[in-house]
Amino acid sequence: MRRLLPPLTGLTMLAALAIVFLVVPTEADMGIVQRIFYFHVASAWVAFLGFFLVAGASAVYLWNGSPTADRLAYAAGEVGVLFCTLVLVTGPIWARPIWGVWWTWDPRLTMTVVLWAIYASYLMLRGFGGDDPALARYAAVLGIVGVLDIPLIVVSVRLLRGIHPAVINRTDGGTGLVDPWMRIGLLVSALALILLAAWFMDLRVRGARLEEEVAALRRELDARRGEVA
Amino acid sequence: MRDALVILAKDLRIEWRTREGLSSVLVLGVLLVVVLTIAQDPSPETAPTLAPGVLWAAFVLTGMLGVQRAFVLERENDCLAGLLTAPLDPAAIYAGKLASNVVLLGVTQAVVVPLTGLFLHLDLVPRLPALLLVCLLGNVGFASLATLFGALAIRVRAREIMLPLLLLPLLVPLLIGAVQATCAVLVGGLAAASSGLGVLAAFDVIFAVAGWLLFAYVVRD
Amino acid sequence: MVGPPLRAEGLARRFGGMTVLAGVDLALETGETVVLLGPNGAGKTTLLRILALLLAPTDGRLLLFGSDAARAPAALRRRIGYVGHEISCYAELSAAENLAFYARLFRVSEAPGRIARLLAWAGLDGTGRRPVRTYSRGMGQRLALARALLHEPDVLILDDDAVERLQQQLLELRAAGHSTLLATHDVERAAPIASRLAILHRGRIAWAHDGRGADAAVIVAAYRAVVAGSA
Repeated sequence: MRRLLPPLTGLTMLAALAIVFLVVPTEADMGIVQRIFYFHVASAWVAFLGFFLVAGASAVYLWNGSPTADRLAYAAGEVGVLFCTLVLVTGPIWARPIWGVWWTWDPRLTMTVVLWAIYASYLMLRGFGGDDPALARYAAVLGIVGVLDIPLIVVSVRLLRGIHPAVINRTDGGTGLVDPWMRIGLLVSALALILLAAWFMDLRVRGARLEEEVAALRRELDARRGEVA
Repeated sequence: MRDALVILAKDLRIEWRTREGLSSVLVLGVLLVVVLTIAQDPSPETAPTLAPGVLWAAFVLTGMLGVQRAFVLERENDCLAGLLTAPLDPAAIYAGKLASNVVLLGVTQAVVVPLTGLFLHLDLVPRLPALLLVCLLGNVGFASLATLFGALAIRVRAREIMLPLLLLPLLVPLLIGAVQATCAVLVGGLAAASSGLGVLAAFDVIFAVAGWLLFAYVVRD
Repeated sequence: MVGPPLRAEGLARRFGGMTVLAGVDLALETGETVVLLGPNGAGKTTLLRILALLLAPTDGRLLLFGSDAARAPAALRRRIGYVGHEISCYAELSAAENLAFYARLFRVSEAPGRIARLLAWAGLDGTGRRPVRTYSRGMGQRLALARALLHEPDVLILDDDAVERLQQQLLELRAAGHSTLLATHDVERAAPIASRLAILHRGRIAWAHDGRGADAAVIVAAYRAVVAGSA
């Protein structure tokens, strides 16, 4: 399974690119720039999955102290922030020609940037919080509190004024994706990015474990050197 | 519960003895209101519309300082170890520190809110009960999260920067709810503020419970 | 709850990937004063924090008065008095106020009388409302010891420098039949108050002495041998 992940990711990404750029019809009102939507929305889904995974793995870590759960939470945080950054980059590229501004304080945009900030601060805590062994526990607390904040953010930003298009579920009951290939394009893109995220996380989790093993070996080496001398 | 009250009484006694935390937080609160107002250079007509934002931005920034100080107190002489060797639930420590933070921030609000009204030409008196409710809900919500993260931040490196970094993004819903509710209270009344108050109340409940449950993980080793 | 005040079996503690305690066996019988010697970094503080229920061991078993420490920590905390590196008293409150605060947390009955007696014993009865901030180091240490004795614990766990200025008090406690575990790196000063000694080195008990004929010179020699032998 682990071996299959990179080629599978590559193939799905190629398929997504082919569908989005060759098969899907150009959207009538917005033109070519609408095609970024497939990566924009798919990235947002992956970012959300990442954030929920941080909370889930953090809860497991607080429950049983499993180092794998801790490493998974860290990797999911990194992947979540990475894809959330992609959402924040692809959004303005689309918004500039369509809305005429790069950024606006629309509810969804506000929510995305706030979530990005919460999990960026999670990475800050893990990266710069020092080498206190309890840091993993503190980060787990933050990871859980961050997810508890999401429903509050969702509700509170509705109090702000909004202009973001509701693409998947419109209030009038229809959907913005008129052509079936549009839906297929979105799903294949999402699958490609999920596979990519899984591959990244696998690398990061294994990397973290190897780092700890190297550190332990180095300490043992130092101790033995001390005994010989 | 009894243990929480013992801790609250101890904190208030120390605060009364030194008046250090309260006075520095108060002066900073007033200063922030002044700075945030003049930074916008408001005309007399636009001034009242600034009030909610100025008020809550000043509250959050001073509050972080106050909460940080409350934990410096426990860190000094490693008093936290004394609390942890005592036969009490860490959740009781959380409740006690939460209560003393709410009291400290409440006193700050009692000074800063009228002053903001004065500076920004608002007649607060007829709106007082509704405004008190908004302030109390905002205070408890802020203190619930800040008490949890204050205890956490005091134990990591770069703690002065870590507390605002961790806390500010999490406080966004509270800020939106509080500002919206304050706006609504000032122009309409309690009924108009219901959605803002709803967000504040939900925030208070969720994070008071989360803090109660998670506090042991940030103080115990 | 009967059984010896303290029995540790194979206590281990890792921080991240670093092993600080690698399996410590240690026992303390009623009325004993056991001195735990060890150089800085030997793991003394970690061991004492585990024994004082401030830190959970990663491995091994800790029995306090015959019951498993992992099971009923709250009830056991009442029977332990602990002094760490720092005095754990609030700098802005007086000695009496600090003790009154802890007396409420520990549910000490007839607290005012007990506090007055302890302050007199510790030579702090004249301090009145003076805040702890103004105390000398010795006064602070005596206050810390008084705080640890406040709830009449059945076992006393003392870390490090406490012995430096508290020799008199510790001898009195030993004479009064208290069970005490004291960790220090000060070999010569600790020897006279010990009824038994052990040396902790690299997270293990490297040497133990039954206390009979515990001559300071013998202990110093053993200590040097242990520390130098593997340094």
